[in-house]
Amino acid sequence: MHKEPLIRVAKRDGMPLYQNILIRAVAIVLAMLLVVLFVHFTAGISAGTTISYMWEGVFGNSIYLRDTVFYTAKLLCIAVALAPAFKMRFWNCGAEGQVLAGGLATAVVMVYCGNLPAPLLYLVMFISALALAAIWGILPAVFKAKMGVNETLFTLMMNYVAIKLVDFFYNKWKGSASSLGKLNKGTKAGYLPDLFGSENSWLLLAVVILTIAVYFYLSKTKHGYEIAVVGESQRTAEYAGINVKTVTIRTMMISGIICGICGFMTVAGHDHSISSSTTAGGYGFTAIIVAWLAKFNTGFMVLISLFVIFLERGTSHIADKCSGFDASASKIVIGLVLFFVIGSEFFINYKINLRSKHDKEVA
Amino acid sequence: MKKIVSAFFAAMLAVSMLVGCGSGNAGAGAGTESGNTAEATDLKIGVILVGDETETYTKAHIDGINEAADSLGIPRDNIQWKERVEESEDCYDAAKALIADGCTLVISNSYGHQDFMAEAAEEFSDVNFVAMTGDYAAISGLDNFYNAFTNVYESRYVSGVVAGMKVAELDAAGEIPAEGYDENGNVKIGYVGAYPYAEVVSGYTAFYLGIQSVFPNVVMDVQYTNSWFDIEGEAAAADVLIKRGCVVIGQHADSTGAPDTVEKAWQNGQVVYSVGYNMSMLDVAPDAALTSATNNWVAYYKELFAAVLNGTEIPQDWARGYADDAVSITELGPNVAEGTAEKVAEVESAIKDGSLHVFDTSKFTVGGAAVTDETAMVDLSYMDYSTMTAVYEGDTVSALKTDENGVTYFDESVLRAAPYFQLRIDGITELNAN
Repeated sequence: MHKEPLIRVAKRDGMPLYQNILIRAVAIVLAMLLVVLFVHFTAGISAGTTISYMWEGVFGNSIYLRDTVFYTAKLLCIAVALAPAFKMRFWNCGAEGQVLAGGLATAVVMVYCGNLPAPLLYLVMFISALALAAIWGILPAVFKAKMGVNETLFTLMMNYVAIKLVDFFYNKWKGSASSLGKLNKGTKAGYLPDLFGSENSWLLLAVVILTIAVYFYLSKTKHGYEIAVVGESQRTAEYAGINVKTVTIRTMMISGIICGICGFMTVAGHDHSISSSTTAGGYGFTAIIVAWLAKFNTGFMVLISLFVIFLERGTSHIADKCSGFDASASKIVIGLVLFFVIGSEFFINYKINLRSKHDKEVA
Repeated sequence: MKKIVSAFFAAMLAVSMLVGCGSGNAGAGAGTESGNTAEATDLKIGVILVGDETETYTKAHIDGINEAADSLGIPRDNIQWKERVEESEDCYDAAKALIADGCTLVISNSYGHQDFMAEAAEEFSDVNFVAMTGDYAAISGLDNFYNAFTNVYESRYVSGVVAGMKVAELDAAGEIPAEGYDENGNVKIGYVGAYPYAEVVSGYTAFYLGIQSVFPNVVMDVQYTNSWFDIEGEAAAADVLIKRGCVVIGQHADSTGAPDTVEKAWQNGQVVYSVGYNMSMLDVAPDAALTSATNNWVAYYKELFAAVLNGTEIPQDWARGYADDAVSITELGPNVAEGTAEKVAEVESAIKDGSLHVFDTSKFTVGGAAVTDETAMVDLSYMDYSTMTAVYEGDTVSALKTDENGVTYFDESVLRAAPYFQLRIDGITELNAN
């Protein structure tokens, strides 16, 4: 005899906005509770202290605040780069590699063309960064468009190509020193000059412009509409006369270029060095979560980026302050929180029906 | 429900992992009671570490800093640690954060931190920066930037003497199997090296010369791991060397991978012994460990902290050895040869009083010929290897010196603190230098 399972999951359609927000809020509150509990058991500090340490590490003074702003901008920049591709349902998991490609091109120009006059040098650095990052974006798009190659795997693999290329140059440039250190340490050629009193302002300015531009590009332009249609249904797009191949390649080029800007700003404006572990620093992967949670809305991305950076820098500040809690522990905390936040997506998209009493009687 | 259960388990797992890894944190807050004798100070010290207390190299720094602070009455709460900081802009960020928290002395413990420390030193002129093992401070033109290193080659030489005593004993007793000798009857020695850099070359050469000073008929193979800390890599390198028949395995790498492997081979009846680095390896190799060469960083940190507290000058390029207790070897293992302790004491005092020079040029040859001023040239420029240009144009000078008794020797760590002995001497083979 057929028996209804204890738990039955059904797709939910059309959830009211307040409920949507409520579920997310509950997820974040639960996550933060768990964080506080976790920190309490490991570092032995109270909930209040935990929050105040986190706050201090993120906004506590001008130096912390500046770093918070920079890293938020960096994460946001990559998330913004992913938005057009994701809206098109093109799963670009290659942001890490695209940022590295941009950074690598910047570094190569810095090292080999360091004696060009400054304005020309910056220009060549910038264009090369964008070009190489664009190639990193276009390649998987071409294969997807022409041959239907799975873009998730392709973009993922491109990350490793970029990482290995960066490692190659890193090892070549470090020579007989044990690590690379700064590029052009003698001449400082290719280091971006200060803007509004800080090198970081370049990235900040670029991100503000890009966030707004991508928002309008996706919601108000013909290209944006095409992306949305291709994302919803390729067949509909074809029927409507949209050239799906062109849109795919063009959109991934934009995605790559924005990542390239991030790579350029990181190498020329902040790090003045390159390494496969720190130039993109895993933000290329974190940004996927940011873009996904924001539902490709660049406005929400600002908040989510800030939230992720708050967790990252806040917990690393706890690690500095407390014994029994170290840098790896702070990574666990971020993982826990994202687990909850992403988990809440399930409850937004699906309804859980428990077997009712009535069914039992029937059985 | 499943989700909640799995989330719960994930949390439990996370907590249990933390119990394992989070107990130390460099002893921050571990004890302030030790500072009760001296007057408390408001000097705040920030420390940037490439590893954490699980790595022998970083642990040695942590211990040195804590010991120096204790002896000078600096409360441990005044020391702020940044662990596992990459040799990248992260180091600069870490330095800034430490300064934001009020540190006026910032120390980094890895060579690769140096560029980023220099960047911070340029920006924060009222904070003192020490890039340990670096080589740039004295020529940087920055007066708040310092380097320090120890003459660890001296303690490697002494650890070589310990190994040489053992080899001599084994050879005399006929305990070395046939594969332990090469075709010319020399006993095979192995060495696990991190990178083919001067620091490592200088160290293994000193170790080899130490062995030779007791037992001349030895050859040495060096296997590089291309990492400062790689437990599996070091174990694999030691394994390669043991399979080649090496009787003693020395090391310049920061994990316990090699001694652990040697101990296992020893347990299986193989004739092989270990000479470690940074700390006593008797915990991991109670039978096979002979001793370890080590740095007593406390010697430097004490001098540094005292200078900062008293407002006296800090030497910009500090390098000391046995004479100042800056280096030593650790406790001798139970299986060292008879008379080792006496021999060690004799060699140590000879190094201290200057009658014994580790790199005495009469004791080794390069390419079959004695070392001359031409072959012992050292370029003191500070290079940007990516563009092959000199950031600082230094002199190229001969490192050879002759003492009052007419003994000529390669004067290591005197022209600058960081090692520069890079000669590949006869008798040592690098198996995998690239």
